[in-house]
Amino acid sequence: MAESVAAKGLTVVEGVTCPFCGVTCDDLEVHVVDGKIKEVKNACVLGKDTFLHHLEGWATPRIRGKPATVDECIDAAAEILAKAKYPLIYGLDSTELNAQRKAIELADLIGANIDHTSSVCHAPSLQAVQTVGISSCTVGEVKNRADLIIFWGCNPAEAHPRHPSRYSVTAKGLFTPKGKKDRMVINVDVRPTPTTRMADAFIQIKPNSDYEVFSALRAMLKGHELDQAEVGGVAIDEWKTLLDKMKSSKFGILYWGMGLTMSRGKYLNIVALLTLTQELNRFTKFLAAPMRGHGNVVGMAQVLTWQTGYPFAVNMSRGYPRFNPGEYSVADLLAHGEVDAALIIAGDAIGNFPAKMAEHLMSIPMIAVDPKESETTKVATVVIPTAQAGIAAGGMAYRMDHIPLVMKKVVDSPYPSDHEVLERIFAKVSAMKNGGNGAPASAGRVRG
Amino acid sequence: MSERRFILITGRTMKQGRSIHLGKEAKEFLDEISTLQMNPKDIEALKLQDGGQVQLKTPHGSTVVKLKKGDIPEGLVFIAYGGFINALVGPDTQGTGMPNTKGIEVEVERYG
Repeated sequence: MAESVAAKGLTVVEGVTCPFCGVTCDDLEVHVVDGKIKEVKNACVLGKDTFLHHLEGWATPRIRGKPATVDECIDAAAEILAKAKYPLIYGLDSTELNAQRKAIELADLIGANIDHTSSVCHAPSLQAVQTVGISSCTVGEVKNRADLIIFWGCNPAEAHPRHPSRYSVTAKGLFTPKGKKDRMVINVDVRPTPTTRMADAFIQIKPNSDYEVFSALRAMLKGHELDQAEVGGVAIDEWKTLLDKMKSSKFGILYWGMGLTMSRGKYLNIVALLTLTQELNRFTKFLAAPMRGHGNVVGMAQVLTWQTGYPFAVNMSRGYPRFNPGEYSVADLLAHGEVDAALIIAGDAIGNFPAKMAEHLMSIPMIAVDPKESETTKVATVVIPTAQAGIAAGGMAYRMDHIPLVMKKVVDSPYPSDHEVLERIFAKVSAMKNGGNGAPASAGRVRG
Repeated sequence: MSERRFILITGRTMKQGRSIHLGKEAKEFLDEISTLQMNPKDIEALKLQDGGQVQLKTPHGSTVVKLKKGDIPEGLVFIAYGGFINALVGPDTQGTGMPNTKGIEVEVERYG
């Protein structure tokens, strides 16, 4: 078990990393009184609620709806996974690196498909980066140098509330001492959002027209004149003005969100975006970065890529990793009814998937490992509650710009961490596969 | 005309992000993810009622949500991410792994 942090009276924990969104603010101050979180300083409202309400809606250990002990649940989970012929391991973006690494080792052991919530979030961004590369930087560089910020198909005012104040809009840096006055902020979206209110300019484009717009901007950047009067519902002259601002900036960055990854074009939208920002480097320093959602969403892609060579949608059924979005990605595996058992960790698959995918998941043995009740835990065969990573379990997380940060344990939990649960499931399955001898029997080449 | 096609945009909202911590059964969370925002001119044109119920339909399924006027361009409707949109999204990913979750064509009609 992890070390206890229980203490009588007030304990102030400084330098706490928030596990909620991809900004992973690491300057939180958490006040704990008699083992309970009473106050959170420096966090945004989303971060505050993450800590202050972490005890609400806790999951309970159960098997087929009946109360059970955690030990019994771990045994039942191991049995399901050891018997499965083509299992799925999914979720993982709201936990810490050690749990993610153990999940990959387990996938290797049982020949599973392993995918994570990025698959239905920023996976098209990962595919695009693999296709054309990315010129990017840390948020520190943005804070200190960027004089042009473009938020395209993203809404940090509601999804990443401290990104603007810490790094991209009002933050004061080495070459941006006046903060907002030293920057121009442009918002491109299909609708005005609270982010529009913090921008100097707003360009409203037609839904599903992003690829066309990026292609037009690339053509104009290369000196071509376009025949059309407008592209994406916006006058060509307005796009020319945007292009001039991009070319004349000293250090520009384009942040994009799921407005691009989830709409028509998918990864091709991002390929066009990345190519445009790379080509702008003929004129000035210009970069791009995705606005990532969950606290350690980048970590899972980092660990999976380090371990298998691929960032998501990995299949281990042949004892070595194979990658094929559209085949081994969670949406397709479930829509085609291919997997025969599932382990869902720190993610609400049923609550977020299209109905047909959820239907298959509900028809197979499913294990849910989660601190809180969700649509997934409601219907899971086995529910294993865990200590929430970044609050009741420590570890590491990657910030959205790929910087690893320490996540602290600030309170105790009666339940084990995701890592401990996965480690115990792994040991049990390993023993079953090895005829009860207990020695690990890893099928492939992945390093554990 | 009581029925019209719109482009459905899904996304995060501050209320959804905050109330999710109260639990997925919490009234605040369920209220937020079951409220569709529409331009007031579209509400008037379809003779719908701000605060009334509407049914959304795609070839994949349908769902009933509450209507609220919002700062949304005409022809678009917006709803926060959550279980209410799952029935509307198809499983096809065109080989990318990503279902079409934004920019979906939906039919909107008065319910009840």
